[in-house]
Parts: sequence; structure tokens; C-alpha cells
Amino acid sequence: MSVLVNKDSNIIVQGFTGKEGTFHAGQMIDYGTNVVGGVTPGKGGMTHLEKPVFNTVAEAVEKVNADTSIIFVPPPFAADAIMEAASAGIKVIICITEGIPVQDMVKVKAYIEDYDCTLVGPNCPGVITPEEAKVGIMPGFVFKKGKIGIVSKSGTLTYEASDQIVKAGLGISTAIGIGGDPIVGTPTKDAVKMLMEDPETEGIVMIGEIGGNYEAQAAEYIKSTGNKKPVVGFIAGQTAPKGRTMGHAGAIIGGKDDTAEAKMKIMAACGIHVVNSPAQIGSTMIEALKA
Amino acid sequence: MNLHEYQGKELLKSYGVAIQNGYVANNMEEAVAAYEKIAEETGNSVAVVKAQIHAGGRGKGGGVKLAKNLDELKEHAGNIIGMMLKTPQTPGGIDGPGKLVRKILVAEDSYAPDFDACKEYYVSILMDREKKCNVIIYSTQGGMDIEAVAEETPHLVHKEYIDPLLGLQSFQMRKIAFNLGLSGQAFKEMAKFISKLYAAFVGSDASLFEINPCLHTADDRIVAVDCKVSLDENALYRHKDLAAQRDTDEEDPTEVEARGYGLNYVNLDGNVGCMVNGAGLAMATMDIIKLSGGEPANFLDVGGTADADRVEKAFRIILRDPNVKAILINIFGGIVRCDRVAQGVVDAYKNIGDINVPIIVRLQGTNADIAKVIIDESGLEVHSAILLQEAADLVKELL
Repeated sequence: MSVLVNKDSNIIVQGFTGKEGTFHAGQMIDYGTNVVGGVTPGKGGMTHLEKPVFNTVAEAVEKVNADTSIIFVPPPFAADAIMEAASAGIKVIICITEGIPVQDMVKVKAYIEDYDCTLVGPNCPGVITPEEAKVGIMPGFVFKKGKIGIVSKSGTLTYEASDQIVKAGLGISTAIGIGGDPIVGTPTKDAVKMLMEDPETEGIVMIGEIGGNYEAQAAEYIKSTGNKKPVVGFIAGQTAPKGRTMGHAGAIIGGKDDTAEAKMKIMAACGIHVVNSPAQIGSTMIEALKA
Repeated sequence: MNLHEYQGKELLKSYGVAIQNGYVANNMEEAVAAYEKIAEETGNSVAVVKAQIHAGGRGKGGGVKLAKNLDELKEHAGNIIGMMLKTPQTPGGIDGPGKLVRKILVAEDSYAPDFDACKEYYVSILMDREKKCNVIIYSTQGGMDIEAVAEETPHLVHKEYIDPLLGLQSFQMRKIAFNLGLSGQAFKEMAKFISKLYAAFVGSDASLFEINPCLHTADDRIVAVDCKVSLDENALYRHKDLAAQRDTDEEDPTEVEARGYGLNYVNLDGNVGCMVNGAGLAMATMDIIKLSGGEPANFLDVGGTADADRVEKAFRIILRDPNVKAILINIFGGIVRCDRVAQGVVDAYKNIGDINVPIIVRLQGTNADIAKVIIDESGLEVHSAILLQEAADLVKELL
């Protein structure tokens, strides 16, 4: 099973021939990901990395049955790229781009509601189902196959969590980087729900940050399932000052409810195994699975 | 990015929003000229002198004064330009060192001629993360701290959510004006005010507009007397004119310098510096420092390409802070190879020379083992770790 992406996903790369797109598409192909082509307006008909280039996403859907897209388009054009993918019938849209204006994302979020698609990101490392598909910029070797799902707002912290899980003798079913922007396509709760319903996932690591209420929503959902699977949770930014943006555009404490402390309290009350130290994610998962 | 009040007002004015008019002044001469212009335009000798700094609560610290005549104007301008203004929002709060005032705004008295007939409202616009759309927040309780109003009298704080695709509708403008208890000319003026204000918000890619107070004058005009404007950093590429108004004097000089190097840095007041790749891991590293008995001296994300040059620049910035008693470098190498980062650390260390605080280097991920050998064999006084927990233990040990 796994969620969002697997070996049968027909993946295209939007912004295929650009520097970022070229490098990461190459890494994805090396990993064994089923990349079926790419889109760069005006370069249709070319071949790049031995794959066909199309002018439009619609053309890629028609010619190579694309159902999944990863976006490396620069911020001024990324919102447009997401809407193009949605309107062309792409089912899973993964947007890596960092720095998209918030007002653009407000519009995108409303626009894609009418389409049967899932947007992951923006400002995220992507999604990986080990040994099947790496649709993102993460280092593939850190993610060994197994039965733990990861949901995270952060890139390197996802790698850290996976590394600990793997070193603890477990492995990863699917890791979903949801992104660190104030508005993302798949909030924590939706990503956790996918893993909760995935028969191959036995435990979930949920990594959040200061700012917003995604983690609280996810915690309430987890509780509502009767804590069907153990969830280990961590919130980065326990020491972050109020009102300052900590790298990610969405990582800013706005009030008393979106501090790390408040989120951890809600998560613990909902039966999540909350760790204070990010160094304890792996060992805590081992304990949680035994319980 | 924050704008000064006078910059925010100019932005509003360019969208047709009625504002309290005024002129900015950098010194006494300009202040007198501004006053004379205002007095002539309004036919009123009363004007307001307002300190221009990026912090609220300016009135509480003596940064806003009413001048009834030219002599008073000179007195207030003389006192305010160059003062260290302390407000609840300046560094260290009302008892802190305050912030240097470099500019003042000399503005008309919007409350004339009948102060008692004026009413103050509160209007703000921001993006609601939960509803994923813009929201207009408004209240009849203007001129006060809105958080306190929301706490004590939540029924007096109203919210109007705006459809992202369709925008602000006429019925919403009417609803706002009605809820503020307006009728007749003032009702029409408020609807117009809200409409233009919203256009300015969207048109400038703002992340926050706060108009407090928003004044209902005796002659039924609606005027923005004060305004706080924050802009979306990610959208500045399409607002070059606004981006050029950034006042780096209002920011931490080290943070401004770091931004120039492409480093994402936030200055804090702890004793352990840190250098990390990735924002989430950087925050997590700060948390580790705290759990190990230290306090983070900074947030620093060196980004995806942690080469020797960036590492050296980051080092120099952290070392400048006299409070720093130890430095923790935490890199999870993915695409970035740890051996390259390790070499970068060694080179930077040698270039800088005189480093007197212990350094803990934790490199994990691609080529972490080779990296550890490079660090261990460099002969430098560097403590190396691979596991995050080992790094945490080293911080505890060295403090």
C-alpha cells in the first residue's frame, strides 16, 4: 500500500529543465522513481534526462498518463503551476518551491478545492515511499523501508527523525513533508489520517513547529480514532521568541495557543507520545510500539 | 517587513483611503516646515508630533505629543528626535533601553474642531490561517489594545471573512458599517473606507493592516489616524517601490548583515550559539540547547549549501556575541555532503584563528563518518558527535 506515491505513480516534473528541476529529477530517477516526463512551457518536444518534455501539464496527462506532479517552478510562477496541474487532472501535486506569496496560496487553495487532487506543500521536502518512489529533495538513503509513517513541517528534521527510526531497527512506510508555510495543501491532520488508514503503517511520527493550529487539529483527530496507532510527536521551537519568524514563513508565534508548549500540552492530552527532545524520537517510538 | 506609520499612510493614501495628513521630518528645520504646511492646510495651529519607530505603544513612552503652537512644536520635536523611546514593544519593554527615534511625523489634528464628537474604532486586516482567507477584524472599541478588548468583551470584536476568489462584497462593507453603529453619511464613508482599505491590502500583498484608531469625525468622515502595516516578504519581488522603503535602522544590525549573506539569522540572548541546516532542525537544536542546561544565543539556518564560505561567515557572526560560551554546529547532510561541511568548518576555524569557546560539531547523514575523521584529525579543539543525543550530552558537559 503506502500513501500518496508508490512505484506505479506516473510522475512528471514541472520546471523540469531548470537547474533545481534537473538536479532533483536526476536524483529521483536514480532512486528508481517512475518519472515519465516533464513540463517546461516553450520546450515541448525536447528530450531531457531521456524523458519527454511537454509544453503543458494537460499534454503530459494525455501523452504519458501523468497522475502525479512535482513542482520546482520559481516562486512568482509556482501558484500558476499548481493550478495548471490541478486543472489538467493531476491527482497528487507536490510543490517544493519556497517563497510563494501568501495571497497567491490563498487563491490556489480556494481554486483547487473544485478538483479531485491532493496538494502537498509548498515549501516542503516532498514525499517518499522507500524502495518505490522518491518524489522530493530528500536524501533517499536515509529512508529504509518499514512500517512507520512520518508527517513533518520541516525538511532536515524529517531526515533526522527517519534516521533515528531506522537506527532503532524500524523503517519508514511513507514520509510526508507537509511544508512550513502558513498555508499548505495538506495540513498535519490530513497527512496523519492517510497514514492512520494505511494498512502498512503501524506507528506515526508527527513533527510540528510553532505557529498555526495544524498540530492541535491532528491531535483531536488522533484522539477521535481511539489512538488506533501509536503517535510520537515533537514540536520544534520551544525556545523561539514570540512574534519572530523562525526561518519558515509559518513558524511564528501569534498568540498563546500556537506556542510549542501549548501544542505539546494538547497533543499529550490526546494520547500522543510527546518528546521534549528531538533526540528521543526513535527510542520513544520503540517504547510506544511495545505498549 | 514592517513599514513606518508615515510610509503606511502614504500607501493607504495611494489607494484613496482617507488618512490623517502629515509630513515626515528628520530634524528641527524640517519639523518646523512640516508644521507650517500643516497649519496652513488645515487653518488650525494644533498639530501632533509622532515618533516614527517600528513599535506600538508610542504614546505611553512620550513619543506622541500634541503641539498647540509653534513653540510647543519646537519643544516636542526637540525632545522626541534623538530620544531613546521606551514602549512595551521596544527591546526590553518599558524598562529596557528603548529605541532611538530618527524621524517624526508632524500630522494634523484629526479630532478638530470637536474632539468630544469624534468616535474611535478599530479595523485590521490579516490572513486567517485556520480559514485560509483574509479577515477584516473590527470593533467600536478603538484606540485601545485590541487583545485586551477581545479578552474582556469578545462580543465587541467582529470578524468578516473574505472569499479568496470573489473578494470583498458590498454586503460585507454594509455589514461592517452597520455593526459599527453608523448611519447616513458616516455609513457611506465607512463602506468606502473598508473597500479602499481592502484593495490596498491585497494590492500591496500585506500580511497585516491595523488601523487603530480609525476615526469617525464630527463632520462624518472616516480617517485612519494611525496605521501599522506589515508586508509579505515573499511578495516583495512584485513591489519594488515598497521593498525600497525597508528601514534597516529599525532592525538588528547583525540580522541585516546575515541576510546579506543569505543566512537566516535571529539574534537571541542566550549563551550557546548554533549553526544548523534547515529551519525546523535549527529550532529543534535551540530546544536541545535549552534541555541541556544552556540558552540559545541565536537561530541560524545556513541553508542547503553549507560551504566553507558560508560556514565562516556564520561563525564570525556567532563569535561576535560576547555572551556565547559554546557553539553547536548541527548539520544533517542530505544532498549536502558532511565531509564538505567538515572541511568548511576546519577551514573557517583556521581562517578565523583565535576561537576561545568550545565548539561541538555534529554531522550526520551523507559521509558522516568521513566527516568525523576530518574533524578529529584536524587537531582543532573541536568536539565531534554523530548522534543528536551525543551532541546534547556534549553541550551539557561543556557548559
